Amino acid sequence: MNPYMERKVELRWCEPKQSYDVVIIGGGGHGLATAYYLATRHGITNVAVLERSYVGSGNSGRNTTVIRANYGIPEAVRFYQRSLDLYQRLEDETDRDLMHMSKGVLWLAHSEMGVRQERARAEINQAFGAKTDFVTPEEVKKLCPPIDLSGGGVWPVMGGTYHSEGATARHDRVVWAFAEGAMREGAHVHQRVEVTGLTRVGDRVTGVETNAGPISAGVVLSAVGGHVTRIADMAGLRIPIRTHQLQAFVTNHYQLQFDPIVSSSDLLFYVSQTARGEMLMGAEIDRQPSYSYQSGHPFLRATAFRAMTLLPFLRDLRVLRQWTGVCDMSPDYSPVLGKTGVEGFYISTGWGTWGFKAIPASGEQLAQLIATGETPPLIAPFALDRFRRDRTLADRGSAGTH
Amino acid sequence: MSIKIPCPNCGERPLEEFLFGEVPVVPESITDPEERDFDRAFMRSNPEGPVVERWFHVYGCRRWVTVQRDTRDETILG
Repeated sequence: MNPYMERKVELRWCEPKQSYDVVIIGGGGHGLATAYYLATRHGITNVAVLERSYVGSGNSGRNTTVIRANYGIPEAVRFYQRSLDLYQRLEDETDRDLMHMSKGVLWLAHSEMGVRQERARAEINQAFGAKTDFVTPEEVKKLCPPIDLSGGGVWPVMGGTYHSEGATARHDRVVWAFAEGAMREGAHVHQRVEVTGLTRVGDRVTGVETNAGPISAGVVLSAVGGHVTRIADMAGLRIPIRTHQLQAFVTNHYQLQFDPIVSSSDLLFYVSQTARGEMLMGAEIDRQPSYSYQSGHPFLRATAFRAMTLLPFLRDLRVLRQWTGVCDMSPDYSPVLGKTGVEGFYISTGWGTWGFKAIPASGEQLAQLIATGETPPLIAPFALDRFRRDRTLADRGSAGTH
Repeated sequence: MSIKIPCPNCGERPLEEFLFGEVPVVPESITDPEERDFDRAFMRSNPEGPVVERWFHVYGCRRWVTVQRDTRDETILG
């Protein structure tokens, strides 16, 4: 059987009910994973996921599918390692081919500062359970032969880290697997249902207003990407989120196998090969806030130039397509998760440019929070009130790339 | 095609020549000075629509320009 042929996904659609125990706003990976883990781990199936378009239409369908745990602070390494472990078992658990491939992430340094940063990354990763090692330029060449170690004479490779468990998976299949799993257990997923307001009794959020009528809920979780400020405004909540564009592009098919995911903090770009053989490249977010899905040539030119300097073979390839997602960025480049201070209203946002790799861990931990009412220790550091407690989690390991 | 920002000194120049500078908007409803400082430091209004911003023409006249921009489609309103 052709492994790339889509297996049939069984989705059971139904009409919205008047009332649910849990209503999740946003039918992307995070919302569906939360519904999935609520049903499978805690037996809570009276759950609705509301999606204003179709499932996986937002950032779940626009990301660059990198799964890694080589972050720069202990809290993040622990959290993303949990996610990485869950991803490795997810194909068996859901019995779906998610095209999960362990490739390794090669993170390059082109300056003394960069080398120090990569050494620190390897140390902190090993201390908190992620498999990351410092590598010399010779080892870099061995891991990824097409690299020009002189960096075109401008950005010489002075070292790097190799995160052997780094992986990619097919983003749509992850979304469908969670949707299918949640619906099989009895959770409802409603497409084309847009939340227009939150119903409140006193300080407590008790449901949502939608274009399909009001729905009451015991707990409302916002798992919205990009437009989360609109939902927070409905709850009367100020959140530390600004929405930025992130662009990416793929080239045409490259015949040779290109194994690791290559990334660089100094050049702020990364490249990997998709299962179809296309070379996938992305870079940092645009600096100005924007909700626009319009891609631009300046990004393409700048990123292609940096990529070609490091990987000269890329100059013979052509750009196949380019796209844009809108990311919700927090001031410290870490997610905002859990309780909000508003009764009955939880939030999962600030996923910025690192949302896809966090889907299983975030879903699992938020499901535990909703089921028990207690914030699990793994996500406690990412609470919204960390800004008020002066406990921000500035993470150089994410730094707005992928 | 690049987005153009009208600079009073240099005329219309591509956005890549400028550095972005945010003008923080703290809602009037917050009155406590401490709270206003906190909100200004961390919280974001993040509006979908026209916003007033400051852009620094770093690869040009090196002056700050006040720009009105629509965050929904990135059009420059003046």
